Amino acid sequence: MNKENQFKFDWVILPLLAAVTVIVLWAMVSSIQGVSLPSPLKTWEASKLYILEPFAKRGELDQGILRFTWYSLVLVVKGYALALIVGTPLGFLLGVSKLFTKSLDPLIQVLRPVSPLAWLPLGLILFQKSEPAAIFTIAICAMWPTVLNTAMGVRAIPQDYLNVARVLKLSRSRTLFKILIPAALPYMFTGFRLSLGIAWLVIVAAEMLTGAPGVGGFLWQEYNSLIYEHIILCILTIGIIGFVLDRLMSLVEQRFKTA
Amino acid sequence: MAFIEIEGAGKSYGGNVVLRDINLTIERGEFVAIVGYSGAGKTTLISMLAGLVTPDTGTVKMNGLEITDPGPDRSIVFQNYSLLPWMTVYENIHLAVDQVFPNWPAERKKQETEKYISMVKLTPARDKKPGELSGGMRQRVSVARALAIDPQVLLLDEPLSALDALTRATLQDEIERIWSENKKTVVLITNDADEGILLADRIIPLSAGPGATLGPSIAIDLPRPRDRKTINHDPRYKAVRNHVLDYLLTSGARQKTVINRKLILPDIEPEDLSMRVPGWHFGRRPVRRKEIKSESVEVPS
Ligand SMILES: Nc1ncnc2c1ncn2[C@@H]1O[C@H](COP(=O)(O)OP(=O)(O)OP(=O)(O)O)[C@@H](O)[C@H]1O
Ligand SMILES: [Mg+2]
Repeated sequence: MNKENQFKFDWVILPLLAAVTVIVLWAMVSSIQGVSLPSPLKTWEASKLYILEPFAKRGELDQGILRFTWYSLVLVVKGYALALIVGTPLGFLLGVSKLFTKSLDPLIQVLRPVSPLAWLPLGLILFQKSEPAAIFTIAICAMWPTVLNTAMGVRAIPQDYLNVARVLKLSRSRTLFKILIPAALPYMFTGFRLSLGIAWLVIVAAEMLTGAPGVGGFLWQEYNSLIYEHIILCILTIGIIGFVLDRLMSLVEQRFKTA
Repeated sequence: MAFIEIEGAGKSYGGNVVLRDINLTIERGEFVAIVGYSGAGKTTLISMLAGLVTPDTGTVKMNGLEITDPGPDRSIVFQNYSLLPWMTVYENIHLAVDQVFPNWPAERKKQETEKYISMVKLTPARDKKPGELSGGMRQRVSVARALAIDPQVLLLDEPLSALDALTRATLQDEIERIWSENKKTVVLITNDADEGILLADRIIPLSAGPGATLGPSIAIDLPRPRDRKTINHDPRYKAVRNHVLDYLLTSGARQKTVINRKLILPDIEPEDLSMRVPGWHFGRRPVRRKEIKSESVEVPS
């Protein structure tokens, strides 16, 4: 098999085969009596309108799937931006100061595993409204990979680079911008990518709890209205968008890796 | 008062004595080479001069003032070049120029940066990143950066040891040319006595560690420019070389210990079937008398 064919086989035929298998299995399970899982065909029939008119707005809770996605993304960007704005400097502090690491590390280890479902009610109490509560939840859940990776990146800076700064007597801010940040950048971007993945997970959960318009909110509402086909539509959309976001971030990450 | 003075300096890392009782004076404009074994503490010694390492005992002074911090008056070419990989050749050197001469107009900084790039013949590689350069080219960038800040002393930590012999020879010539043109004080660390003798006014051996110390300072009164092809026939060259190597070898020998090791040598004699080797043996057991051989070997500890 030549190279091009091998590529086609590995990247087109195999994944396609796997997808078909899954759809067949899905069809089989849905055909079993007493299971209310909609079949692939029924799912397509019911979702067609949402996919073919992705930006339509027929009513508050009846909109094209990409329009819902857009609402979710806007919220994610806000929460994610907050996570980076708070997380990156915090990571730097932890990276440069042993004192900070010692005092904050236990706290971070305790806060990190807390689920978004636990933070959201606190956000609602603090902010009274669902949007800031969702942003708060995204920020506090998505922040940790950025914090930890940035700190790791700063700690991993070779002593040689710091020696260059010492010999030249670079000022603190020049050391930061000319040496620390560029040297830690590859690690920081790994953190940014992981954070974005978490932010996307959190938004869906947050919308489900608050009923805000978006893919997560739509999913929950359709569950309550017993339109199960749309649940599957939402799951696929969430997965695909998450995948696309991750790909985009890793493209950016690769760019900085080679630096 | 000597330009640089090290008196009774010593350094240990967590109980391991690396350097002890280092005494060294260097005059302004001198080219001094220090030659020693790998791992003896050469980098530690030059880092003391740079101010990156403070001695546990003794003092290191320049112009009569104790060296406590690193600074651009003593620029160092690090053993592994230490170029910033995210900056181009130009940016690496410009950063140094910009930092040390903040009051110069931008145009002058640019000219100065370019002057040093062309001094090490890297103008064509001006906008390349260190990752795209060969070892010898990186080395030259590192030297250019060190010179561009117009230091009083140039500290070279094994600048050429990672290079092949040909590139090494070219860069040795370049270092000598740069030194004779700029009249800087140069301290060259090397693991190659010939390199030290070819370039320096004086060569000082550093004994083998742990607890390394400097040996006698040996003047090299060979006329310059020195030609590496003819120089090693000069009796003065041979005398200096023998002196250095004798010191290094005896200082190393002092540290040697004797261990016994058992070797099993292959043999073509028929096996001695009557032989019984006492005890348990895993794997192949010796079955000929002369296969069991004991010998003593000297290894440096
Ligand atoms: N920061 C440090 N912490 C602990 N030990 C160190 C440190 N720096 C150096 N050493 C030890 O000191 C000894 C001498 O190191 P040094 O780097 O000065 O040797 P060197 O002569 O420059 O070796 P090479 O020829 O390999 O460059 C080594 O045994 C090393 O392990
Ligand atoms: Mg060294």
